Amino acid sequence: MSEDKSKFLINGTQGKWEVVIGLEVHAQVSSKSKLFSGSSTTFGADPNTQVSLVDSAFPGMLPVINKYCVEQAVKTGLGINARINSHSIFDRKNYFYADLPQGYQISQFKNPIVGEGEIMLDLKTGTKKIGIERLHLEQDAGKSIHDLDPNNTFVDLNRSGIALMEIVSKPDLRSPEEVNAYVKKLRSIMRYLGTCDGNMQEGSLRADVNVSVRKEGDKKLGTRCEIKNVNSIKFMQMAIEYEAKRQVELIESGESIAQETRLFDTKKNETRSMRSKEDAHDYRYFPDPDLLPLNLDEGLIEKIKKNLPELPDQKKDRFIKDYSLSPYEANVLVSEKEVSDFFEEVIKTADKKLATNWIIGDLFASLNEKNIPISDSPIKAKEMASLVNSISSGLISGRAAKEVFEVMKDAGGDPIKIIEKKGLKQKSDPKELEALIDKILEENKEKVSQYKSGKDKLFGFFVGQTMKVSGGTANPQLVNNILKNKLK
Amino acid sequence: MPIDKDKIKHTAKLARISLDEDKIENLSKDLSNIFNFIEKLSKINTDKVSPLTSILNYSLRTREDKVTDGGIRDKILENSPNKNEEFFIVPKVIE
Amino acid sequence: MSDITNKSLTEIVDLVKKKEVKSEEVTNAYIDNVEKGKKLNSFITESFDNALTKSKIFDAKPNYESLLPGIPLAVKDLFCTNGVRTTAGSKMLENFIPTYESTITSKLWAEGAFLLGKLNCDEYAMGSSNETSFFGNVINPVKENTVPGGSSGGSASALAADLTPATIGTDTGGSIRQPASFTGTVGLKPTYGLCSRWGIVAFASSLDQAGPMTKTVSDCALMLEAISGFDPKDSTSIDRKKENYSKEITKNIKGLKIGIPKEYRVDGMPNEIEELWEKGKKILKGEGAEIIDISLPHTEYALPTYYIVAPAEASSNLARYDGVKYGFRSSKGSNLIEMYENTRSEGFGDEVKRRILIGTYVLSSGYYDAYYIKAQKVRQLIKNDFDNAFTKVDAILTPSTPTAAFKIGEKKDDPISMYLNDIFTVPANLAGIPAMSVPVGHDKNNLPLGLQLIGKPLGEQTLLNLAFSMESKSNFKKNITKWWEK
Repeated sequence: MSEDKSKFLINGTQGKWEVVIGLEVHAQVSSKSKLFSGSSTTFGADPNTQVSLVDSAFPGMLPVINKYCVEQAVKTGLGINARINSHSIFDRKNYFYADLPQGYQISQFKNPIVGEGEIMLDLKTGTKKIGIERLHLEQDAGKSIHDLDPNNTFVDLNRSGIALMEIVSKPDLRSPEEVNAYVKKLRSIMRYLGTCDGNMQEGSLRADVNVSVRKEGDKKLGTRCEIKNVNSIKFMQMAIEYEAKRQVELIESGESIAQETRLFDTKKNETRSMRSKEDAHDYRYFPDPDLLPLNLDEGLIEKIKKNLPELPDQKKDRFIKDYSLSPYEANVLVSEKEVSDFFEEVIKTADKKLATNWIIGDLFASLNEKNIPISDSPIKAKEMASLVNSISSGLISGRAAKEVFEVMKDAGGDPIKIIEKKGLKQKSDPKELEALIDKILEENKEKVSQYKSGKDKLFGFFVGQTMKVSGGTANPQLVNNILKNKLK
Repeated sequence: MPIDKDKIKHTAKLARISLDEDKIENLSKDLSNIFNFIEKLSKINTDKVSPLTSILNYSLRTREDKVTDGGIRDKILENSPNKNEEFFIVPKVIE
Repeated sequence: MSDITNKSLTEIVDLVKKKEVKSEEVTNAYIDNVEKGKKLNSFITESFDNALTKSKIFDAKPNYESLLPGIPLAVKDLFCTNGVRTTAGSKMLENFIPTYESTITSKLWAEGAFLLGKLNCDEYAMGSSNETSFFGNVINPVKENTVPGGSSGGSASALAADLTPATIGTDTGGSIRQPASFTGTVGLKPTYGLCSRWGIVAFASSLDQAGPMTKTVSDCALMLEAISGFDPKDSTSIDRKKENYSKEITKNIKGLKIGIPKEYRVDGMPNEIEELWEKGKKILKGEGAEIIDISLPHTEYALPTYYIVAPAEASSNLARYDGVKYGFRSSKGSNLIEMYENTRSEGFGDEVKRRILIGTYVLSSGYYDAYYIKAQKVRQLIKNDFDNAFTKVDAILTPSTPTAAFKIGEKKDDPISMYLNDIFTVPANLAGIPAMSVPVGHDKNNLPLGLQLIGKPLGEQTLLNLAFSMESKSNFKKNITKWWEK
């Protein structure tokens, strides 16, 4: 079985299969306190220290909704061009589990706060629109720890009640590549808006992945399986590939797909069925009688709309138009708000083209190697601008700049000082260079005559010598011109 | 409307209540009677009515995003039948 | 002071404020009665030490500005009381000691009162006779071997037997009004949202309301004044200015229009109930009110509606009782699911389990529309009936219960017969409107009977005034002999 690379298809024994993917992303709202209680939401606290009586469902406890969480859901909805529902209802989703103290989760079922929307993806093959079905607010569950004791499970309710936005896509995704782009874009939008920090290692963003397959060209949807709680894009992609192949294999051998919930085993890199009880999922949704319907003021929605920051797509268009960047460059620079902020700070005083190349090239390479975000970069925006300017002004050569960068990438610092310390100032005085070159030509008379009689390659030798003698600081352009003149 | 034993067993499973076999017979009778009584509602036409969504005609009141609670681990764990200093302890789920 | 426990709450408060009696004396008198009244089984937990300590503290530095200065009060064991066991009448919470205080009881204590003890009730407030409590039946002080009503049976019994000067109960389908009627006392269920539900063990969230249970209507106004008010911790709490019910109460009801709904005249209703109703009409008319016939067409559907909605909400509210965080945990069960199933099977009584099963069933896939949604639609119709009626009248007069108190064990094996007790009280819960029961007469066996007044949303003052007027003219004589002290 192999994969056709131009369009993501599974090559089965009976033909080509298309993979249909829908994602339910759970994004933790960037609030200080929980959705229905006043407990803190910070990551990494000692077990059960961020738990209130409401969170642990003591008798007589009641929920009160966090205004900020409502606003972030509206903001996110506006950021994905979705319809905001001014009337929405909270429902109880009833089931039993140790990390669900109430015996139900407060969620939204039939009347979510946000309706249909869309996200544009930039893929290698062009742009693609992915439809969003809805976005709703719900409580997160606590954590069950199974490996601290052979017979028992330990329960930590710190996470119980934290606000999540569940964003449900339409089944418009067709490949692991698209899933990658989708999650990254969604994450970027939320980080731009400040509604979710998108930190997947801390669990701020995770997804349930719905996968089904159908024969290429078929319109009908196949039976889907849901792979729950995948917390990295890489795992999502691996899970999709494994699951799609599994389903194709099953169908081609005459069996049908059982609609079920599965887990992605990150050690074995395969999906397996959650051996759950047959009737596990009759959630018996009904409107939560402890909460009234949520009615949003039109004025509130307008106010939020007016105060929305510039979103990635708008910024990208602006970068292309105002800064003459290519779509690829613009894309890279707007992927993270911190990067685009950095870039715009740099180009306040530095050349756009040069700055773009240095940021996307050398800076990113260094940051990737150190695995740090741009906000932790040892090189600050002002210093980057200064470095770029020292090249544009001719103060140093491009080559020297690389040397300066090597220092700055680890230790930061003022490039001008580094240039001085290392004596990297470009020598651009023609008289000085002429004198230097004269000396070299003088010392290499034989090579000069060899060059003059046709050995063109020796030009490089003279250039090299000039560079060596000048400690690499001779202005390459001038050196070229002078040498050409003198070797005529 | 008769509520047969299988329905009762299924419902009890959903509600996480174990039932003794001998109790199920009586329960079936009781619940069937109760549901007969409730069936009265099917007689009434409610086509043009919306279900009551809330008794009060107000909208949901919201609160500020401030940390005002938590940090009371001892109180939270105090009443648990099985716990240690940090966690609630429960028997394992059979996966 | 000769039997202070005979007096009404208002009288006792007056005596305390006049310095004619000390809090400690009052408290000791009630403790004495409670100790003599154990046969009634109305108390689950006694807080005598706490009460005496608080009474002495009060006497040392009295504050006469509060509504309930130095008054010992026992409350239904559904209100979470800090440091004092709260059981909800269930094995599930047999040893549960809350680390927090319900808003309602906090308000009582802020008005100068203090806890005397926790009163017996039907398990998780599910019942109409106080025969489902894990802690045993409660006896109606009016007559040995009779039920006090339920679910606030312990409250009504203790009140009628002078074991507490006043008390509070909760009412989801009639659990304050029906026991009030059975014991010859006054009970009021406020408008939904007037009193906070925070810290009350929840039964059915859209129906539950805490309310006063008292000897007189004046007492009722005083207690309501103390416990009502906005609570930001309860999202269903109404945000409005507090009313001074006790200061505004008046017997002047001239010109008020009283509706008599024909649908409350049910088949087979005993003559005595009919006569009582007539008596009530006559009294109100005599005091200047106008009697108007009205129709509440969907009345017959109220009870079936209630028995879908209440169990549905209860099945979800009681899901938290799983043995993990607090309360009873079964020792049987080698894995989580078994632990849950055994805990809930052993911890809950039969009636609770029955209702959880009903509730789970009506919410389950395939049945939700036919039952739950249907019931919520009918509920809207019932509410519409009342909204309509209140454009023509200011209040509605009906019997509180279809019969007087019945014998212990008489209805225990017939759930439907038990449910029919609530036939007159349930509609007010479904519509979220206030209603109260006032004792007006006795049946041929000398058992008390009450009449119910139902009011507009937030129309408690009107109800209290009407009840005040009726009480003054009804000649209802309490006829309880303290047989249990022998």
